[in-house]
Amino acid sequence: MKQTYKKIPMPVRYVINTLLFVAFLIVGLSLIQSGVITKYYTKVLMLIGINIILTVSLNIATGYLGQLPLGHAGFMAVGAYTAAIFMTRSGLDASVSFPIGLVLGALMAGLVGVLIGIPALRLKGDYLAIITLGFGEIIRVVLLNIDSVLGFKLTYGAASLKGIPKETNFLNTFLCVGIACLLIHTMMKSRHGRAILSVRENEIAAESCGINLTYYKVLGFAASAVFAGLAGALYAGYLGILNPSSFGFMKSIEILVMVVLGGMGSMVGSVLSATVLTAVPELLRAFSEYRMILYSLLLITVMIFKPSGLMGQYDFSLSRMLEHVFNQKPAREKTNHKAGEKNG
Amino acid sequence: MSVFSTILRQIVNGLQSGSIYALVALGYSMVYGIITLLNFAHGDIIMVGAYIAWLSMAKFSMHPAFAILAAILGCTLLGMLIEKAAYKPLRGSPRISLLITAIGVSFLLENLSQMVFGAKAQVIPTFFEIPSIYLGSIELSGTALITLLAAAVSMVLLTFLVQKTKMGKAMRAVAEDTDAAQLMGININHTISFTFAIGSALAGIGAILYCSAYPQATPTMGSMLGLKAFVAAVLGGIGSIPGAMIGGFAIGLAESLVSAIGLSVWRDGVVFAILIIVLLVKPTGILGRPMREKV
Repeated sequence: MKQTYKKIPMPVRYVINTLLFVAFLIVGLSLIQSGVITKYYTKVLMLIGINIILTVSLNIATGYLGQLPLGHAGFMAVGAYTAAIFMTRSGLDASVSFPIGLVLGALMAGLVGVLIGIPALRLKGDYLAIITLGFGEIIRVVLLNIDSVLGFKLTYGAASLKGIPKETNFLNTFLCVGIACLLIHTMMKSRHGRAILSVRENEIAAESCGINLTYYKVLGFAASAVFAGLAGALYAGYLGILNPSSFGFMKSIEILVMVVLGGMGSMVGSVLSATVLTAVPELLRAFSEYRMILYSLLLITVMIFKPSGLMGQYDFSLSRMLEHVFNQKPAREKTNHKAGEKNG
Repeated sequence: MSVFSTILRQIVNGLQSGSIYALVALGYSMVYGIITLLNFAHGDIIMVGAYIAWLSMAKFSMHPAFAILAAILGCTLLGMLIEKAAYKPLRGSPRISLLITAIGVSFLLENLSQMVFGAKAQVIPTFFEIPSIYLGSIELSGTALITLLAAAVSMVLLTFLVQKTKMGKAMRAVAEDTDAAQLMGININHTISFTFAIGSALAGIGAILYCSAYPQATPTMGSMLGLKAFVAAVLGGIGSIPGAMIGGFAIGLAESLVSAIGLSVWRDGVVFAILIIVLLVKPTGILGRPMREKV
């Protein structure tokens, strides 16, 4: 019984996913324009998008690279402040300065990621977690107090940086989500991505196969920082006001919770858990004081009963699912599948 | 003379906060030594201790001595409970899961106390009025001296416990090699439980001393204090008891010196900068033993 397993060729896979993603954007936009999704829910959607980028970005360092950085909010802060300062100072029209701000924020966070990563990644395990925590806190303290050193107002410290044009909207948030997911996905499927995975599996074995540990660790760490910076820049345009205290240790932990619950190393897990953990508390406003308690209990329970996270390392692939359906039931080709606009 | 007295006062301040950091750092260090876990919930045990002290004095109007006892006892029980409920089921699972569980416990304690006691700071009544001591024209705060004394006594007792008693020997054995210790007939569960109890009792003492210096209880008071004590433990060499003491005093002195030269807003930054420099230059800390990696 030799069966030929029909495969969907690679370009078609991308076309399917792109079409679904575009369809998702169009449906979302038209629902917002027709008023089915109210302004409040649009805001929730934007927050979900930002959190998805944050979670997916931390997932590079935690899930794929196998390290435990505890200072992710620091990179987000760098991106947010870079974009915000550029947008308020450049004098350009907001529609021009926002995309530039996004790119600048991401690049700046990436640069900081490389600068922190080179010394920090010499350490392993717990010590790496501690040193990134230290760097994250230092970024926060610097943002809080840099004005007194510079002698002029740059970040406005505890008084908050105000008046950032609120340019973030549904379309550009989810375009960024799509780009981030696509870039991370393609990176992880490339030679470099496999090298990063091998570092996670066994550093010594990877090194003996000729993989430059430092290079790939810093690469993974910097990629993680770049997307965190992008999310931060979106966050700046979403809130319109920035305060260093919102990028503390707790924010880093919140992002980590999302990654861990979704499953370290699973992109679909990250996307799902970021969506659920952002949407549920927003929709259950009445129970908001129990939100954090629920969070922490969930974290402990998941760690005790399923330490690899809800999704483990499983990654959903629409094309793979379609292939499966084609090969099992050739008669019923047009089965409907919901969601899953990303992940090739 | 006035410069001298300012310096002296800052040094006393530094030693006061340093001894609190040292007591808390001891808890971190002992727990890390025995199960290689960074117990992020340790700082929050201090917060619970402060709330117990506040409850028993302001709400139940108990005598301060009983309040102190209640706080220390409460912290001890809480530490053991956390170990039994959250960490014991994870023994043998990857370190990262254990670390994340510890973060979860810390989160849980903070948010529970925020729900129960509210986010507002609660003022803790003074335990005892301690008169200041004058050395010539220099005033030394009595609280600071008592804090130093209490910390010193606790550390001497701890050193005695770890070095001279049977339980201390068991603790050192488990820290050295858990499996071998088990083969020698040491009850691992009891020993780990006992370590958590001692560490948390020290955190309870730390809570009382902290509250006599800064008489307030807030749900998040433990996180910064915990982080700094943790930096102290890393600085001294995590897993080493004398290291934690040295680290605690060093961090306390560094903080008060930074404040003394008028840069108090950079205090937290300096603490974390010290952490980073130590980790880069000597990751195992001042007294830590080097880690060996087996292929």
